Amino acid sequence: MELTAFELLAALFILVLSAFVGYEVVSKVPTMLHTPLMSGANAVHGVIVVGAMLVAATAEGPLRIVLALLGVILGTINVVGGFVVTDRMLEMFKKRPGERTGDRR
Amino acid sequence: MDTLQILTYLVWLVASVTFILALKFLASPRTARVGNQLGAAGMALVVAWTFFTTDGMLANWWIVVVGALVGSVVGVLGARRVPMTAMPQMVAIFNGAGGGAAAVVAVAEFLRDAGAEGHADLLPLPFIIATLLGAIIGSVSLTGSIVAFGKLQGFIAPRPVKYPGSQAVTAVLALALLAIGIYVAVVVNSIPLFLLFVILSLALGVQLVMPIGGADMPVVISLLNSYTGIAVAATGFVLNNYALLIAGTLVGASGAILTQLMCRAMNRSLFNVLFAGFGTGGDAVAAGAEGEEQLREINADDAAVLMAYGKRVIIVPGYGMAVAQAQGPVRELMDLLLAKGVDVQFAIHPVAGRMPGHMNVLLAEANVPYDRLKEMDEINDDFADTDVALVIGANDVINPLAREEGSPISGMPILNVDQAQNVIVLKRGRGTGFAGIPNPLFSNEKTTMLFGDAKPSVEALVSGVKQA
Repeated sequence: MELTAFELLAALFILVLSAFVGYEVVSKVPTMLHTPLMSGANAVHGVIVVGAMLVAATAEGPLRIVLALLGVILGTINVVGGFVVTDRMLEMFKKRPGERTGDRR
Repeated sequence: MDTLQILTYLVWLVASVTFILALKFLASPRTARVGNQLGAAGMALVVAWTFFTTDGMLANWWIVVVGALVGSVVGVLGARRVPMTAMPQMVAIFNGAGGGAAAVVAVAEFLRDAGAEGHADLLPLPFIIATLLGAIIGSVSLTGSIVAFGKLQGFIAPRPVKYPGSQAVTAVLALALLAIGIYVAVVVNSIPLFLLFVILSLALGVQLVMPIGGADMPVVISLLNSYTGIAVAATGFVLNNYALLIAGTLVGASGAILTQLMCRAMNRSLFNVLFAGFGTGGDAVAAGAEGEEQLREINADDAAVLMAYGKRVIIVPGYGMAVAQAQGPVRELMDLLLAKGVDVQFAIHPVAGRMPGHMNVLLAEANVPYDRLKEMDEINDDFADTDVALVIGANDVINPLAREEGSPISGMPILNVDQAQNVIVLKRGRGTGFAGIPNPLFSNEKTTMLFGDAKPSVEALVSGVKQA
């Protein structure tokens, strides 16, 4: 693993600029959306599953294979669970006021 | 750079844009759902691309397939089955999984590079620093989230757990981590020491969250969410993968803002949340005893009449409504009162329930139109000409002690429930709220108590209003 100075600098630029974007994008959020937003952001960092897949692609020997498998499982739980649970929360906001579908539980 | 690599960079770009738009859309009720779906689509794209184009995947594809199947089943079942009340715990668990994955990736990368045949020199410093950061932050997020989950789920005492010297232990842990980290980075890339570093990091996560009270868990979860983002960004740096780098940094930054917003809603600093051990409740014990005999009880029919013949009723929901799953009957109560010409509104405190927005989600689930839900600043002046404030399982967010000095919740903005003509409090038992402090509102002369689980209590009110 050897990065060139240019690659390092490019990564640094991306890091700093992304931090500003992340800051700007959520700074004005109504309270009622805090939970779904947190949950949605939670799903986005599930992209770590891609990292686990890259580990899996080069995995040799039982230890690295176990680690890769564990990484993919945990990452997938994060991604899939995160997006599904957020969708479930938001599903409840979409109903028109006055429309009655009865209580679920 | 070959064509495939160029395409890979472009896929990362597209995915990053969908993530940014997802966060942006999630900040508005109208576009939130589309935003979430867009993020999921971007995620699917980058995952599929990685699967089909990565060298070596042909030999090890089964790891990814098996892992993805297991993870999907667990994730979908968890996300679909969990009751709405347990939502915060679920987010904590998913977050912990992400943190764990980041730590695992960091460990695997280190094992490969430091354990490589003939590897004599030290690994490049930026690389090793990012690996160590991914390992420590991911590990803290993993165990911290598990503790947060346990506290909310109730199998770990929600009270702040402190033992003598606990802060010294934290300090020693942090120093040991620093020392080992520096040694591994600049002296020798030792695998045993690196593994010790990971184990100590896992311990640090437990050590940091245990002293924090259950009422503050939402802030902690939000903060750990931000941590996982940073851990993912660090591994993105290690793997030179821009999708991870950008997504991780985005979440790291936006999670930090969200944490800040939550702290501000409670008028407390993050430092205070993390280190003050809110709700230790030294003074709470004494107060629990004195308040008891002064409470006046009311029966459901009298309470129903009071509301049915009022002009305006403000309902103040809290966690008690959530645990009792009383949101359906509450909607019914609202419908009946509206039919009788009573103006009904809901006052939502920013931290009512266990998470900001928790009440909104529950009431939306029960089809309460969201224009009836008023935020604190919007409705606080209206209590003065309100006939009945109906408090359903809320406590700390209406505690007038917050207006005075010397209480653990001093300075927290509260709903002005005590300004209403009558206050009816639905409460499960006579204990204190989550913060463990007494509430003088309950012994106020305007206040009457209706004890019992919120759901049957509200149902009794519903039948009372029907007859009134």
